[in-house]
Amino acid sequence: MDISSWDGTISLAEFHAAACALVEKWKKVEGYLSLENIILVSIKEEHDELPSFPQKEETSCSDKEESIDIATLVQGQSDHDEICYYDLHIVYSAPYRVPVLYFRVYYSDGEPLQFEDIKKHLPAHSAKTLLDSKWTFITQEEHPYLNRPWYKLHPCGTGEWMKLLFQGDVSLARNGAAIEVYLISWLSFVGQVVGLRIPYEMLNQL
Amino acid sequence: MMEAQKYVWEGAIPLQIHLHESEVTTLPPPLPALILAPRIGYLPLLIPHIKPHFSSALPPGVDTVWFEYKGLPLKWYIPTGVLFDLLCVEPERPWNLTVHFRGYPGNILIPCEGEDSVKWSFINSLKEASYIINGNCKNVMNISQPDQVELWHSVFNGNLEAYLKVSSKLKLGTAGHEYSANLSSGSFVSRQSAGDTDATGQVKTGRVPVRLYVWGVSEDFDDLEDAPQIDSWDKISYINRPVEIHGEEGKCFTLLDAVKSLLPEHFQYKSLTNEESSKEEGEDEQKVPSEEGGENLSEYVESCYPSDNAEVKLVRIQGIEPKLEIPFSWVVHNLMNPEHFLHVCVCLKFSQVKIPSDG
Repeated sequence: MDISSWDGTISLAEFHAAACALVEKWKKVEGYLSLENIILVSIKEEHDELPSFPQKEETSCSDKEESIDIATLVQGQSDHDEICYYDLHIVYSAPYRVPVLYFRVYYSDGEPLQFEDIKKHLPAHSAKTLLDSKWTFITQEEHPYLNRPWYKLHPCGTGEWMKLLFQGDVSLARNGAAIEVYLISWLSFVGQVVGLRIPYEMLNQL
Repeated sequence: MMEAQKYVWEGAIPLQIHLHESEVTTLPPPLPALILAPRIGYLPLLIPHIKPHFSSALPPGVDTVWFEYKGLPLKWYIPTGVLFDLLCVEPERPWNLTVHFRGYPGNILIPCEGEDSVKWSFINSLKEASYIINGNCKNVMNISQPDQVELWHSVFNGNLEAYLKVSSKLKLGTAGHEYSANLSSGSFVSRQSAGDTDATGQVKTGRVPVRLYVWGVSEDFDDLEDAPQIDSWDKISYINRPVEIHGEEGKCFTLLDAVKSLLPEHFQYKSLTNEESSKEEGEDEQKVPSEEGGENLSEYVESCYPSDNAEVKLVRIQGIEPKLEIPFSWVVHNLMNPEHFLHVCVCLKFSQVKIPSDG
């Protein structure tokens, strides 16, 4: 793939290829990737273990969406009383031709968090960006498949910074396997918004 | 061209709005509010006009307004005209809606904080349209604050003239026309009548912002009033996917082509790659020997693409059912909404039996 002329976006077929590369760690549901029931530790704490990705191999794409309970209880809780669970979905956006992160946050009893409380859980830099652009950064929109309100990270600009990301990494450009690592790279960037960190082993594959 | 756009902007749906019985605290209950809702507008924008009518009857508490039609909560970010075309297959005039001021169904509807929410939803859609057409959102992001205010007000007030003045700065000419921000209505008309079958430069490759709302039936119906009522959003397939136009000389890309291209799981739509095009060089492929228009067109097309498992039963845009063989570019340019999206309501009838292929 010629990185120099690439605009940072991908076609649907490329998204599928990139998704397959990620699917060992994530469950692939018809049309999108889902990672559910995970606990994200607040970045304020430095010595906590990261939530571990599921060790077992996931079965391939099923028609029904099942939530897998892969929640890992982490040593050293955050200073909030309640544990919050995240469901993350990566959905392809045909208009923007990039992946988009949809997420929702809820307490252990399934009660969804109010936006104000979600903001408290976000890493500091995200909270600030949110403050600056209320309507364009994280918005609440309908999940394109599930017909329910989810939070979404706005995809405008994804193409541009993906291009920058890839251009900045000589080994990626040389590798030629850019599409396979597209999603992991994208996730390593986007995940920071919600405090998701990619385990070193996953990035090591690049 | 200006004519059609004017009609679209002036289009309105008469609404008769009833307060939900659970929220009526007075005897006798308040009469329903009658209001003319612009097709290109949004229901929450009507609230300031409706609320005074009901406020004396409301129970104490904070208002969280939402609308409902026959039990279905209405998605407020969908333009009013589209909601009507979609949910009221046999048009009901006035359209009877129920308004709630309490108990917002937050598990189904995304929150709405009044005009601001609607405005930002509009701007985000405009950005998306811009991205689809131009590959970036720069034009929308970079318009001046006063222009942005002016743009929103023109939509809010249904002022087409004011809208056209500001929107030309956005440079959102769509594929299928000359990319020109200075395109006057007069020259457009003459260019269009020269036809989409005209020489190169006429039809360009590009992407067109479209939102498709698809519902299906397995049994045929002749009268609209026999059409099944949509009682859940799960019965509607919402497809937010741009139509890709590949500029092809001598070939007219019709509305039907566009709809089918967005539904590859039901229609084996092929562009200029199959044997049919080589057989008839230069001839207009889309001339259909139809006596009655719509019905026969889909039968004809079905025999060309034998592996289709559905048939297009109804296509409704801005309250009309355009002939499916109309050039898609005309439809887009004249019937799109102010955020530059074309909203299309489609009813598909699913075949029970697959039509055998002729090989």
